[in-house]
Amino acid sequence: MPNVMLRNNAAGELTFYITKKDHEETVVALEHAGPGTWGGEMELSDGSRFYLEPFAQPPKLPLTVRVKRL
Amino acid sequence: MSMNRQETEQLIQEVLEVYPEATGKQRAKHLMANDPTLEKSNKCIVANKKALPGVMTARGCAYAGAKGVVWGPVKDVVNISHGPVGCGQFSRAGRRNYITGHSGVNVFADMNFTSDFQEKDVVFGGDKKLAKIIAEIDTLFPLAKGVTVQSECPIGLIGDDIEAVAKKSAKEIGKPVVPVRCEGFRGVSQSLGHHVANDSLRDWILHNRDDDNSFESTPYDVAITGDYNIGGDAWSSRVLIEEMGLRVIAQWSGDGSIPEMQTTRHAKLNLLHCYRSMNYISRHLEEKYGIPYLEYNFFGPTQIAASLRKIAAHFDDTIKANAERVIARHQPMQDAIIAKYRPRLEGKRVMLFVGGLRPRHVIGAYEDLGMEIIGAGYEFAHNDDYDRTFKELQDGALIYDDATSFELEAFVERLKPDLIGSGIKEKYVFHKMGIPFRQMHSWDYSGPYHGYDGFAVFARDMDMTINNPCWKNMQAPWKRAGAETLQQVA
Repeated sequence: MPNVMLRNNAAGELTFYITKKDHEETVVALEHAGPGTWGGEMELSDGSRFYLEPFAQPPKLPLTVRVKRL
Repeated sequence: MSMNRQETEQLIQEVLEVYPEATGKQRAKHLMANDPTLEKSNKCIVANKKALPGVMTARGCAYAGAKGVVWGPVKDVVNISHGPVGCGQFSRAGRRNYITGHSGVNVFADMNFTSDFQEKDVVFGGDKKLAKIIAEIDTLFPLAKGVTVQSECPIGLIGDDIEAVAKKSAKEIGKPVVPVRCEGFRGVSQSLGHHVANDSLRDWILHNRDDDNSFESTPYDVAITGDYNIGGDAWSSRVLIEEMGLRVIAQWSGDGSIPEMQTTRHAKLNLLHCYRSMNYISRHLEEKYGIPYLEYNFFGPTQIAASLRKIAAHFDDTIKANAERVIARHQPMQDAIIAKYRPRLEGKRVMLFVGGLRPRHVIGAYEDLGMEIIGAGYEFAHNDDYDRTFKELQDGALIYDDATSFELEAFVERLKPDLIGSGIKEKYVFHKMGIPFRQMHSWDYSGPYHGYDGFAVFARDMDMTINNPCWKNMQAPWKRAGAETLQQVA
C-alpha cells in the first residue's frame, strides 16, 4: 500500500509519484476518470497496475493517496 | 572529437575489466553512453544505490545533506550539531552560503553550535545536555527564530529521544525546536539528508503561522527554492526576477529565514532551482497550498532567457513584456562576454562530476562559450535526474553514476578532457595529472555563477583556469623536447 502523489504535469497528463522509490510515471489508463466517480484501477506507463479507492467526485490535485499494488 | 555511443560503451567495458567480476557487474549498471532520445532512465542506468565496499566514492552522509545543504544556510536559526564536535566544525561555513546580518546577533549560519559528545554522554544519553544547551542558546541568542537539532551518528545508535526534548524545550523557550533525524549512517548518500530536512521543515516549521494572515500578498509574489546562495548565487538570480516586476517573498534556503519560509504559502509560483534537494517540499507546497512549482535554470544566457520566458508565461502580459525587456537589456552585455571568451574557449572538452543538479544545469553555460561536454555524472542523483539529463547531453557522451575515484581517473586518462568540473576531493588528483580543474560545488571560492552577472564571472573563471600558463609547465625543464640543445648552450 504505497503512499502516492497524484498530480497533473505541465502537459496535462496525470502523473503518479512514489517519493521513497523515485517512481514517477504517467497514468495511461484510469478506470473511472470522472465526471462523477474518479479512481479505480490505473495502469502506468511502465505497465504496472494499481488500485485507488474511487472518489465520488474528481479530487483537487495534487493529492497524496494510498493505493494498492495489483 | 567526441565519441559515438559504441566507442563510449567500449571504453566503459575496458575500464570495468579491472574489477572483480561481481563488482564489475554492479558498476556496469551505473555507467552508460548517452542517448538523447531516451525518456526514462530506469531501464538503462541504476542510481541512488549503496556504494560498493572497497571502492572510493565521493558521496557524503545524511547529516551533510540536512545540516550542510538544506538547514545550514537558514540564517536565523541555531543549528545544533548534536553529537561529537567534528561534524559541525568541518561543515561550518565551507560551503560559502552568503548571508546578510550581524553574525551572533541575528544570523547564525556562519557559527558552529555543538553538544560536543563525550564518552559519558554516549553511555548515559545526551538528552539532559541537549535540553540545557537549548535553554542556554535562548539566553545567549534571544533573536534566534528557532533551534534545530541535527543528529549525528551516535544519537541514532544510542537511541536518544530528541523529539521529546524538542517538544518540551519548544514550550519552554516559546520558539520552534526542530529535531532532524539525519544520522549520517542513514540512506546511501546526502540525498536522504535533503529529504529528511525537507520533511522536518514540512512537519515543524511551515504551518506554524497558517492562521496569521497579516502578510499582504500581491499577484506577483514568487518564492525561490533550491538556491543556496553559494558565493551570492541567489542574489544574482533575485535581481533578475525582481527586474521582471515580480516580488521574491522567500528564499529557500540561501540567505533565507524562518519567517520567509512561513510566508511562502502566499506565493503564486514556486521557482525551483535545485530539483534534487527541494523537490520534496515543492511537491508539498503544491499539494497543501496550491502553489505550482517551476524548474528553471539560471546558468548561461541561453538558459536564462528561456527560463525568464518560462517564468513570465505564468503571469500577465506586463510581466511577459518585462521579461523581454530584461533579456534585451542584458543580451548586449552577454554578447560582449561571449565575444571576449569564446575564441579562447571554443571547442574545449569538459567532464563534469558534481552532486545532483549541476551536471545537467551548467551544460548550457559551457555551450554558450562554445565548449563541449563529453562526460557528466552525479554523485547522488536519482533516476528522475537522469530522465532530465539525457536531453541536455550530446549523443554518445559518457554518463557515470556515483563514479569511483578509479573510474573517474581512468576515464580522464582515456578521454583527456581540457577541463574537469568536480569537487575538492577530486581537485588535486587532477591537478597532479596536469589537467585544468574547477570546483563546481563551491565555484572554487569564486561566484556567483547564477544569473547574467554570474555568467560574466563563470566565463572569466573558465578562461583563467584553462588558459593558465601553468599547464604548459607541467614537465621539468630538463625533460622537455629541445632540452639537450639548452644544455649544450650552457
